[in-house]
Amino acid sequence: MSAFTALVARDMRLAVRVGGGALMGALFFLIVVVMMPFAIGPDLNLLARIGPAILWLGALLASLLALDRLFATDYEDGSLDLLMMGPLPLEAAVAAKAIAHWLTTCLPLVIISPVLGLMLNVELRAMGIVALTLLAGTPALTFIGLIGAALSVALRRGGLLLAVLVLPLTIPVLIFGVAAANAAIVGPAPFGPPFTILCALSLASLVLGPVAAAAALRHGLE
Amino acid sequence: MQLSADNLTCVRGGRTVFAGLGFALTGGEALVVTGRNGAGKSSLLRMLAGLVRIAGGRIALEGGEAEATLTEQAHYLGHHDALKPSLSVRENLDFWTAFLGGTGQNAESALDAVGLAPLAGLPAGYLSAGQRRRLSIARLVAVKRPVWLLDEPTSALDTPSQARLAALMRGHLAGGGMIVTAAHGPIGLDAPRELRLGP
Repeated sequence: MSAFTALVARDMRLAVRVGGGALMGALFFLIVVVMMPFAIGPDLNLLARIGPAILWLGALLASLLALDRLFATDYEDGSLDLLMMGPLPLEAAVAAKAIAHWLTTCLPLVIISPVLGLMLNVELRAMGIVALTLLAGTPALTFIGLIGAALSVALRRGGLLLAVLVLPLTIPVLIFGVAAANAAIVGPAPFGPPFTILCALSLASLVLGPVAAAAALRHGLE
Repeated sequence: MQLSADNLTCVRGGRTVFAGLGFALTGGEALVVTGRNGAGKSSLLRMLAGLVRIAGGRIALEGGEAEATLTEQAHYLGHHDALKPSLSVRENLDFWTAFLGGTGQNAESALDAVGLAPLAGLPAGYLSAGQRRRLSIARLVAVKRPVWLLDEPTSALDTPSQARLAALMRGHLAGGGMIVTAAHGPIGLDAPRELRLGP
């Protein structure tokens, strides 16, 4: 097993074990979406119209939930020192951790989002489209969040700072994610352009996130 | 193989911890770093491991693998054990072995070498401090690297475990390896060289 796959496998295993938190994101997503109809009222047309936006907002907040512990636990128990000493470049090690985080936290959100769409009176076809935009957009959330997690690694209350640092950076992802979903569901704007930009945002953060996070970690440890 | 440090300066948080430090170590030799608390023993080891920026001077490893840096050819055993409590003893060791580039068979014999083979399936969270220490020492045995950087390796170890560690260190030196270790007391090596930091 290569160092990269070993790290992905370890982080996934840790996430599903006791104290891991793989399900926390999905449960938080569930509760946020369940609360919405109570706050907004039982207007089915209104819920259907803003449903995709609620799903996106819920997924955004839920994906941030476990992110603050991404490097903090490794920092506290000394694992981060050894991750820096392996044959794998730190950028690749950081990317491996992000991939494991996406698979255990964000992918479940994508999978349960159609079920949650039921509660918001989102029609079947629309739920598929929202799930598709989430699938394309959540990697951007993880890899942008990665930078915030690396910057706040040595701070005791890093979680709060992380949200303040990361949420503004995710605004473009939110805009184009919701725009793509709405375009496909209600029109009249075409689905293609916002969805393509969403994919571009994910691909760009896939490249920039690990580099920036590795630089932040190197700087933070010294 | 030679590990040399020349005119090293360490600055932590704006304070100069030590300056003008130098030593040279050849294969099969051990260097024991002594000094008061805060004299910079841990900083020196972390500097050799590539985890603390070198403020001045240079560190060089000659005669090792040409492609690999000192960081990639060194094991660092710090104050933290780098173990995950929810993974089993075996899973913890297997991960570090795979990540640092070793193989599975080595992991098995390494667990034997530190006397943890009977506990292989136990989650690491249930280990005592000394057992955790032994599990991190197993990492040094499982993956072969020529330089061992040990920060007070005998802390939390009982007498038989200290003897076992001393035997492992002697074996490593006999194989041409090098050890730099911080210590407050004897560590069971015959006539290691000593580097005293501070007054």
